[in-house]
Amino acid sequence: MKRRAVRKLTNLVALTLSGLATAIGLFFLGAILWTLIKNGLAGLSPRVFTEMTPPPGSSGGLLNAIYGSVVMTLIGILIGGPIGMLAGTYLAEYGRTTRVATVIRFVNDVLLSAPSIIIGLFVYELLVIRMGHFSAIAGAVALAIIAMPVTVRTTEDMLNLVPQGMKDASTAMGAYPWRTITSVIYPAARSGMLTGLLLAVARISGETAPLLFTALNNQFWSTNVLAPMANLPVVIFQFALSPYPNWQQLAWSGALLITASILILSVTARIVVSSLNPAGKR
Amino acid sequence: MNAVAAIEPRHAIGQRLRERLFRGATVVAALIVLLLLGGVALSLLTGAWPALAHFKLSFLTREIWNPVTDQYGALAPVYGTLVTSFLALLLAIPVSFGIAIFLTELAPVWLKRPVGVAIELLAAVPSIIYGIWGLFVLSPILQAHVQPWLINWLGPLPLIGKLFQGPPYGIGILTASFVLAIMVIPFIAAVMRDVFETVPDVLKESGYGLGATTWEVIWQVVVPYARTGMIGGIMLGLGRALGETMAVTFVIGNAHRVGSSLLAPGTTISASIANEFAEAVGDLYTSSLVALGALLFLITFTVIAAARLMLLRLDRRALSSV
Repeated sequence: MKRRAVRKLTNLVALTLSGLATAIGLFFLGAILWTLIKNGLAGLSPRVFTEMTPPPGSSGGLLNAIYGSVVMTLIGILIGGPIGMLAGTYLAEYGRTTRVATVIRFVNDVLLSAPSIIIGLFVYELLVIRMGHFSAIAGAVALAIIAMPVTVRTTEDMLNLVPQGMKDASTAMGAYPWRTITSVIYPAARSGMLTGLLLAVARISGETAPLLFTALNNQFWSTNVLAPMANLPVVIFQFALSPYPNWQQLAWSGALLITASILILSVTARIVVSSLNPAGKR
Repeated sequence: MNAVAAIEPRHAIGQRLRERLFRGATVVAALIVLLLLGGVALSLLTGAWPALAHFKLSFLTREIWNPVTDQYGALAPVYGTLVTSFLALLLAIPVSFGIAIFLTELAPVWLKRPVGVAIELLAAVPSIIYGIWGLFVLSPILQAHVQPWLINWLGPLPLIGKLFQGPPYGIGILTASFVLAIMVIPFIAAVMRDVFETVPDVLKESGYGLGATTWEVIWQVVVPYARTGMIGGIMLGLGRALGETMAVTFVIGNAHRVGSSLLAPGTTISASIANEFAEAVGDLYTSSLVALGALLFLITFTVIAAARLMLLRLDRRALSSV
């Protein structure tokens, strides 16, 4: 009887601890969001969206940084997205279990978890040194390299979900693989692939480290992609570490903006996936 | 394919050309992925070469980091990177394990999804947000409440006492480890949950059938079955912690030294690069920073590759969240 009591007690303690661990995780999510909302909302006014980043001491907004972030993310996904989708298509439809495909899959998984600052250094060596100066396009290329592995992975996973029977039916009608892929498989996997793109956008829009020495920053309005361009993450970095209250306030507002948009993107992506695959667990 | 050519000869030529073009495009895209990794390694090595040639092996063993005299050594950043990542894992593994157990074995069905998504959202928050939160919220709390306590109670102890001596700066190695731990928890938890879900129900039911408690089933059936995958997940978290930049840069203090106290400011490889690269003047300075990057690449590549090889044995589709 005594052993049984000890076993039940151990069970109770262990399970309580695991519930506690979950509470800890949720607590930190709550704490971070609460801090962002509390500090970010205070400075969130229309001026944030209509004025340029100010010099210390005077008021201003984040317009040029928001614009720069949108432009670089967009170029990044326009370069990284299609390459990633094509590579994912190769892995799912042409390469499959060949040795080359296995190696590429492995390399892609490594790239997926590679530190983003390394990508920044790579693009610095590749573009910034050759061009002689920092530029928005270098930042966009860095973001593209980070978005690519994400897209490769999701595209391959989504194409694999398309039932083999559909592919066989198309092949049996005499369609070449490219026809089967573009007319049967892509339409069937469309929302899944879009979700992958959304996740890739969410992933790159908050990246800071690779932009520090590719796009750098620009205090003024600039639409020239060959010149340094302001962007939200780097502005948040510089302003948050500055001693000026108005800069710190803008950093918090920027942080709230960026986190809110990323969380909305991720949640949307998840909703699309779950409506797509109701039998799936998530 | 030949049948098609026989029925529609003219049409088929265009078809075949398009097939070749499309296939070629996917192959090129796949090769870009393949070459990218090699390109990254090569460019880092080229950039690091001047520093490595100048300092030789002493680059790895020296603590000095002085832009004025142009003397650089990687010891302090490497030490900081390893110590913060190790401590972060020490804090994160038990919590992640608990979350994974809760999500797979305990939570009622209606709670599983929202809690799972919330934990995954924690992983989606950009690292710079963790950085400013760590600097403005966490480190004042640690400085005022936690660190004095550690200094009082653990400082006088033999052996480990050294780790907890000195003034409570707020920012430093310990704070950075703490922020890193919060960042890697969702990653490790998500992989562990996915791995736990691959355990066949029959195995668990046999355990319950023999009268085992939930905890006994978890510890004696689920964990042994999922061991490789769990280690893979932990290594993935480690890879993430080693390379994490912005969150650490805010709270580490950027001091190039190897101190015995965990409360003192230090630096990591990524934090040094982030703080100094844009302002680095002189070829040797820049090259030394790139050499740090190459070291980081080597370390993380080893860890990530090992993690991926361990996870490779599992069904890829079962691991949706990695």
